[in-house]
Amino acid sequence: MKILVGYKRVIDYNVRVQVKPDGSGVVTDGVKLSPNPFDEIALEEALRLREKGVASEVVVIGIGPADLQPHLRNGLAMGANRAIHVSTGDAVQPLTVARVLLKIVEREQPGLVMLGKQAIDDDSNQTGQMLAALWDRPQATFASKLDVIGTTAQVVREIDAGLETLEIDLPAVVTVDLRLNEPRFIKLPDIMKAKSKPIETIELASLGVESGDHLTASHFAPPLKRSKGVMVKDVAELVEALRTKGLV
Amino acid sequence: MNKILIIAEHHAGQLNPATARCVTCAQAIGGSVDVLVLAATPEPVVRAAAALQGVNRVLSATHEANLHALAATFAPQIAALAPGYTHLLAPSTTFGKDLMPRVAALLGVAQVSDLMQVDGPRTFVRPIYAGNVLVTVKVPEGHVVAATVRPASWPEAAASSTLAPIEAIESHVALPTHTRFVALEGASSERPDLQSAQRVVSGGRALGSGENFKLIYDLADRLGAAVGASRAAVDAGYVPSDMQVGQTGKIIAPQLYIAVGISGAIQHLTGIKDAGTIVAINKDAEAPIFDVADYGLVGDLFKLVPEFIQAMN
Repeated sequence: MKILVGYKRVIDYNVRVQVKPDGSGVVTDGVKLSPNPFDEIALEEALRLREKGVASEVVVIGIGPADLQPHLRNGLAMGANRAIHVSTGDAVQPLTVARVLLKIVEREQPGLVMLGKQAIDDDSNQTGQMLAALWDRPQATFASKLDVIGTTAQVVREIDAGLETLEIDLPAVVTVDLRLNEPRFIKLPDIMKAKSKPIETIELASLGVESGDHLTASHFAPPLKRSKGVMVKDVAELVEALRTKGLV
Repeated sequence: MNKILIIAEHHAGQLNPATARCVTCAQAIGGSVDVLVLAATPEPVVRAAAALQGVNRVLSATHEANLHALAATFAPQIAALAPGYTHLLAPSTTFGKDLMPRVAALLGVAQVSDLMQVDGPRTFVRPIYAGNVLVTVKVPEGHVVAATVRPASWPEAAASSTLAPIEAIESHVALPTHTRFVALEGASSERPDLQSAQRVVSGGRALGSGENFKLIYDLADRLGAAVGASRAAVDAGYVPSDMQVGQTGKIIAPQLYIAVGISGAIQHLTGIKDAGTIVAINKDAEAPIFDVADYGLVGDLFKLVPEFIQAMN
């Protein structure tokens, strides 16, 4: 079985994201970029399935400009067999990404497509579900445990009501949550090895994917800040304050 | 005029209060408001939905296959109804987040996630970068608006004295069998639900162990509060993950939030910034939680929380 892993590049989670003064976007110049942490978890799980003999090949896919290649090398250094770079200078939104992934899915015929439950930049939490819909296949979102059993998978999902287990027929789309695994660290020899792994580049324009139905983002702003309150000296003063406000 | 369809979230015969929050959001958009209940047994959920102020009609789609909220099963039924509507809304809970993108893709439209403010019938504000940035987005003309509604940003619609009409609808959509429910390991709790509770007490890593969380439970019980936790406490294995409050856990907006032994990582603060009043108890006076707390108390939680419990007796 082949596993296709969505591998997005985002602003590193440690960066304090700043809004441009004119509200036209966020500052990206000179800002550290990293793989989307949830996608790293998806890739780790795919690699573990390959190590267990469940999967035979792991392919990472990224969509973006020419300078996306070092990012894909990172996925190869983590252990993916090969990478697909869908090249475009335009920013893409979840529906377009899902349509692109569907084109690649039709060509690659994976048994599983794994993605992070969301990217930490736009926080959309849509791409996996959209791909599953377009592909007319099962989806299991928010996965915290995944077992492939023959032609099906059992997936434990972290949902608001607790832990839900679904059985899905393969092929399917699984989006992963934080607690599925702890991604491995990349070692220097892996980086050397990754240099000889193949990255195939496909022009997005050549895929015949519809677009133009994007949401238009007109304004970016920082959120309103909560103002700092008061420090109380002891429990009695706290309880008094809460009682006065009718909160306890 | 806008015609809005809200997808009801329900579990074990209870309408999730996030549905009532969607109704308030729908009223901010303006137009007629229908609520769709997909269920195997529609009562009493349809009645609870019909009793919400601002709901014009409840559509009841009863089908054995709707016993569990599977996105693959629900989405085609919703997509089939979409041509009659300008807006489709669901709460941005794990239910709505799982479902609405699947609906949107079937309809070939973009989806708006975590709608927190309405600036026009097609123009909305939503959070990105873990709530550190708010972006205004517009849905293209001619497309149905498919959105998830951030529950913490909207109060629950009040109960009405009259019931909206309930109409049974039949769906002739072929439903897939490739996705099957196996089990739900619920967080059994006699305590209030974390996401809808008016008071929440959360514990952090400073509790030091799962056993010590008893202090948090005791305080919560005294206050009639739900119990939450920081990601650090969850990662340390003190409590299960469904108790996690924060950007990657539950985003909540109780009237009173009490953070005990929680330093206040950005991802946690994102989850509580719409709370009415925030109380922080922490031994580190420099902890970032104090920058957002309305009332801060510096000291040893193992001394202060028992005092707090005592004071509530």
